[in-house]
Amino acid sequence: MADATTVKEKAEQEVRMVDIYVTGKRYKVPEGLTIQTALEYCGYNIIRSCGCRAGFCGACSTIYNFTHDPTIRYGLACQTRVEQDMVITQIPFFPAAQALYNLEDLKPEEGENKLLTLYPDIIICFGCNNCTKTCPQDLEVMEFISDAIRGDIEKVYQKSFDCLMCGLCAARCPQGLQPYNIALAARRLRGAHLTTRSQHNEDRIKEIEKGKFDAAIEKLKKADEAELRRMYAAREIEPAL
Amino acid sequence: MPYPAYMEESIHKVAATRPSRLEETFSRIPQAEREDLVNEFHPDYKKEYLRELKIGPNKGSLAPDEIADLLEGNSRIDPDEVNLDDVDYDVDVLVIGCGGAGGAAALLAEENGARVLLATKLRLGDANTVGAQAGTQAADRPNDSPLLHYLDVMGGGHFTNDPDLVEALVKDAPDAIRWLESLGVNWDKEPDGSYHELSGGGTCRRRMHSCRDYTGLEEMRVIRDEIRQRHMHGRTLDFVEFQPAIELILDDKGQVAGAILMNLETREMTIVRAKAVVIATGGMGRIHIQGFPTTNHYGATADGLVLAYRVGCPLIHIDTMQYHPTGAAFPVQILGLLITEKVRTLGAQVINRDGDQFVHPLEARDTEASAIIRECKQRGKGITTPTEEIGVWLDSPMIDIIRGEGTIARELPAMVRQFARFDIDITKVPMLVYPTLHYQNGGIMIKADASAPVPGLFAAGECEGGVHGRNRLIGNSTLDLFVFGRRAGKSAAKWAKEVKLGKFTLDHVRKWQREIKEAGLESRPVSPMLLPNYAKHEKPVPGFQPLGEATAYTPFGDATSRWI
Repeated sequence: MADATTVKEKAEQEVRMVDIYVTGKRYKVPEGLTIQTALEYCGYNIIRSCGCRAGFCGACSTIYNFTHDPTIRYGLACQTRVEQDMVITQIPFFPAAQALYNLEDLKPEEGENKLLTLYPDIIICFGCNNCTKTCPQDLEVMEFISDAIRGDIEKVYQKSFDCLMCGLCAARCPQGLQPYNIALAARRLRGAHLTTRSQHNEDRIKEIEKGKFDAAIEKLKKADEAELRRMYAAREIEPAL
Repeated sequence: MPYPAYMEESIHKVAATRPSRLEETFSRIPQAEREDLVNEFHPDYKKEYLRELKIGPNKGSLAPDEIADLLEGNSRIDPDEVNLDDVDYDVDVLVIGCGGAGGAAALLAEENGARVLLATKLRLGDANTVGAQAGTQAADRPNDSPLLHYLDVMGGGHFTNDPDLVEALVKDAPDAIRWLESLGVNWDKEPDGSYHELSGGGTCRRRMHSCRDYTGLEEMRVIRDEIRQRHMHGRTLDFVEFQPAIELILDDKGQVAGAILMNLETREMTIVRAKAVVIATGGMGRIHIQGFPTTNHYGATADGLVLAYRVGCPLIHIDTMQYHPTGAAFPVQILGLLITEKVRTLGAQVINRDGDQFVHPLEARDTEASAIIRECKQRGKGITTPTEEIGVWLDSPMIDIIRGEGTIARELPAMVRQFARFDIDITKVPMLVYPTLHYQNGGIMIKADASAPVPGLFAAGECEGGVHGRNRLIGNSTLDLFVFGRRAGKSAAKWAKEVKLGKFTLDHVRKWQREIKEAGLESRPVSPMLLPNYAKHEKPVPGFQPLGEATAYTPFGDATSRWI
């Protein structure tokens, strides 16, 4: 811990420091830290609101504004850099409601909009676009909700695919919708029911079940290392696509 | 934070050699030379960072210092203060950890008739799985076969893999892909329904199934939703979040009989009685071996290894880690961040500061990483950053040149977004990269049915070992999750139906603490570590007990002096 102080003092001499506010208290932290690492720099051991630390899991949804500008802003703590006079709050976990379904039963009949069955409330979206403005992945959230209302699963899939499920869109929706859960149901429905199965994959599974490769694999398993090395070196390598 | 001006000359050199590199095929390193390269430059082979374990089932064998500290660590509990009769959950199968492997195990155990409790340290699905970008291997194209996949896995692992586990991996693979699709995973596909498959380092065929560069995220979103749906439907699948296991419970016959969980915030303990336990706790990047930065998520602290080791379960290949060849070396805010191998499978080459290729972009990971370290450390052809990191170029703009404009945006949205946050456009300029701590190759010893040598114990995913030998290939980690996760769930449910448990005990913990004392290791930290301690305090905090020990690396630590 003594070292930490030294490091900190040294840092403060060499580095431009910015003021941030965590639960009302002011801290000086080096410019360039993310909100997450800045909290740790301030002595916080994070338990909730921290996952992959790389912008993939949506665990670290954060609300912030500035002492001179009360407008609420949203982001991921691991991906947002601290700025002068930032006031920071972490959202531990967003409890959005979710429709209950069996994936089996989601297979749509011709012309049927299953999403509307699961989430009938989506029609009350009045297009304020707050969800889109909030999304840390810059997704067109309001647009894919419109697509969901129209039953255009393919478009919901395309536009929502990069969703981290951080829940910020639901936090911001004045109508209480859960865009990220709606999009998840749409994508699962598409993956399971609306894409063509791979014939190659089905064929290969049957071949394996019938034991087509068993004898040859048994032989490989018994081969000594020299023999395996020879076979490995002799593999023909297919060019990358 | 775009690249500093002094790097521009080198970036121009990279651009200048693109036309000639378009024609150039850099040859792969012959086998014998490859082993010499890895021996000389790979971090695993630095003997000064390894030591002999003094107690436990692997006594006498080597482990990295950071893992040895935890394996030889003190228990978090005093057995005399725990009342095992005060049972909070009584289930058939307890699954510890909910990434891809734990999630799959829980689903399969439930399907096979078990009452299941899933306990996770963070939220459901907060795991390395979500960060897996490139894809999942399965030999399902007509010119491919499980035999070729088998050879690739063995060769990648330097022929040290367990053949039974490799057989299971390659034979279950096509069905694992189909299973995920049936749950609603959206694989990248051709219009006729066949998968859009790419090659990867060390694979002789194109067999990587991907979902853009969010493959693991897509898999995890779907598995997590299925768990929640089954739970909401009132099926026998329950879960608790923010409650990691801190010790396993045995019965008087030496069978695994449950676990003690700890609430991360209140630190209260929960007693779970279970007829079978599946450990699926993932990897160890956050213990920062040799001080390396890591691609791993916050909770990757090798907890499962500690739990298993303390009940007498041997570990395999625990001295070998995977350093992903391409972690971000700039900007410093994303130091160590995973830059998916898919960038190279799509055509990006690895280039030194003079603009020259020095290694084939698709060598197996240990070889690729070693070649990059050699280029920087021995040949002096790396680029030094303002914070004194070193790296080489990963020439992403080649992808659009080879495959047409828009390919990068379509295939690598996550990477484009990550770098755009720091004002770097990877469709126009290369990324600076250096190897980063990525994966635990070894782990808990298992058989093909995912059972560990201790009765009633099963393991799946990154925490188990033997599947990948001493080096895992791209796309086989996510495959491992679903092959051995499903096998573990099924095997655990079956075991739970047959086993007769005796009297519960924590005598193994008492015995462990005696061994620690006899070996003079009382000063070892408590383990499992649970979370890294990255918090810095300006003044000492009386009575402050962090969950885990401070690591050799912190997100700022040494780097604080280097922020600009």
